[in-house]
Amino acid sequence: MAKKTLKTAAKPLTKTSNKTAENGHQEAPHTETALAVQKTYKLYIGGKFPRTESGRFFKVNDPDGKLVANMCRASRKDFRNAVVAARKAFGGWAGRTAYNRGQIIYRIAEMLEGRRAQFEAELVQLGSDPKSAAQEVQAAIDRLIYYAGWADKYQQVFSSVNPVASSHFNFSVQEPTGVVAVFAPEEPGLLGLVSSIIPAITGGNTVVVLASEKFPTCAITFGEVLQVSDVPGGVVNLLTGHQKELLSHFSTHMDVNAMIYCGNDPQISITLQTSSADNLKRTVLYPDTDWMTASGASPYFILDTQETKTTWHPVGK
Amino acid sequence: MDNSSYNIPYPSIDQVGVAERAARLMSRSIKKEAKIFALKLALNMVDLTTLAGDDTPGKVRQLCYKAAHLHDALPGLPHVAAVCVYPNFVRIAKEAVKGTDIQVASVATAFPSGHSSRQVKIDDVKYAVDEGADEVDMVISRGRFLQGHYDFVQEEIAAVKEACGHAHLKVILETGELVTLDNIRLASDLAMDAGADFIKTSTGKIQPASTPSFTLVMLEAIRDYYYRTGRMVGMKPAGGIRTAKQAIQYLVLVRETLGEPWLSNKYFRFGASSLANDILMQLVKQETGVYQSLDYFSND
Repeated sequence: MAKKTLKTAAKPLTKTSNKTAENGHQEAPHTETALAVQKTYKLYIGGKFPRTESGRFFKVNDPDGKLVANMCRASRKDFRNAVVAARKAFGGWAGRTAYNRGQIIYRIAEMLEGRRAQFEAELVQLGSDPKSAAQEVQAAIDRLIYYAGWADKYQQVFSSVNPVASSHFNFSVQEPTGVVAVFAPEEPGLLGLVSSIIPAITGGNTVVVLASEKFPTCAITFGEVLQVSDVPGGVVNLLTGHQKELLSHFSTHMDVNAMIYCGNDPQISITLQTSSADNLKRTVLYPDTDWMTASGASPYFILDTQETKTTWHPVGK
Repeated sequence: MDNSSYNIPYPSIDQVGVAERAARLMSRSIKKEAKIFALKLALNMVDLTTLAGDDTPGKVRQLCYKAAHLHDALPGLPHVAAVCVYPNFVRIAKEAVKGTDIQVASVATAFPSGHSSRQVKIDDVKYAVDEGADEVDMVISRGRFLQGHYDFVQEEIAAVKEACGHAHLKVILETGELVTLDNIRLASDLAMDAGADFIKTSTGKIQPASTPSFTLVMLEAIRDYYYRTGRMVGMKPAGGIRTAKQAIQYLVLVRETLGEPWLSNKYFRFGASSLANDILMQLVKQETGVYQSLDYFSND
């Protein structure tokens, strides 16, 4: 594989120069050959890009069966480390003002905008047709802007003042659930990732995500976007690997407060809900949401990882 | 003993060699049964500590309860070795741990800076011992040590040892303020010569606190002292040890430097406040196979 890339990359970039320099000296003729520098896709945990501690990998191929990348096959320990990072980041992130979270999510969109071509290329490389790849990246940017707007508004919509019979001012507000583990949708690779994690972080949660197995490259590149968008390290942690292998660890971890599953494998849904019962994890299932359409964006996705806190405040009549 | 010997510059300690040896020992992988054994051993070596300005009798009682009831949901657990408090809480702690064999340790001698008169320090120690402290954690006068007044420091430790009576004396070197490994070695040697039962890295108030390198230098000093005199001196790293993984790495250091006789809370302790809960989470993980959350463990 490496050999082939070398060959193709070498051709157009080869040029010979044989100039006479201004000072009259004859420069030796030389050949410039730029080698293709391939990206090593790693994980994104706690704001850093570590390799999997397990040293394992899985191959992703293009539609012709040619190798595109060796992706990290995250282990349970990578997941554990990611949860530790997410827990550490939670207090600070939840404590930001809603307005600031909105600014930061808007910033993600700005950074993604500048990297359009790279994301489109990565999607096409793994089998998307160019037109739908362009649509998908556009929709991902739009979705970020959408949730950036909701960041300081969902609270007003979902909170309430409740009528009670006694002399109390009774009100309910939304608070983030905590650390949210996510199995991102298999497709669309980028838009599905954005649509499943951004509502959770908009609401002040921190997330640990297992990216699409089919489109894992753009997930790790999205980590690069997050890293330069003022999103504090640990707020979003991205793993690549196999759902079946990590399912039991995702769903049993006592320090994970909610789990989102975007898929329709009934076996996974059942196991996930059963083992989530140990620490009463909130489980959120999106078996057949169409992320490409408007139905994939709604403030109710934010509400799915919120807890309602009700306060009874004594008041005189 | 001839105090003038302390004025001779020590053979210089190979800083790189120490760091490399410590790093190599700390990279060992301890798994399965050996891990569970090590975790329980480490738990039994913890000096559960509260040394904050906002300590109250209530906080100290809560700490003592935690010391005796680490995690009742998991049967067969050892308890910690001791609780470590300020002198004015010794009596309260002593009462709270009655009926267990948990020791009560008290810091003394103008902890943490060590800046006061000899008399005040001795009185501080006597007060702690009279209140019932089983162990006294003293601090050395780092200022005097760095000025080169080694005899002064040695005599002070000897005087404190005398004031301790039956209580065990742990001598805190405050390695983070001693600047060089040579100084740490020298301070370890003079503390042991002066009668220390334990040497301890840090107060926990200064960074860096306990590091593997500091600990290795002190362990080697203990080993050489043992070869010279036949007396076993204990070691207590303190400050910055928060995870079960770190604790196991320290146990490897001890095992490889001093051998098995030191693998007991009679000769090795961890000064820590949040370590116990991390070890507990690991033990429950080993038992249930499920990663744990601090949400389900009592605060310490």
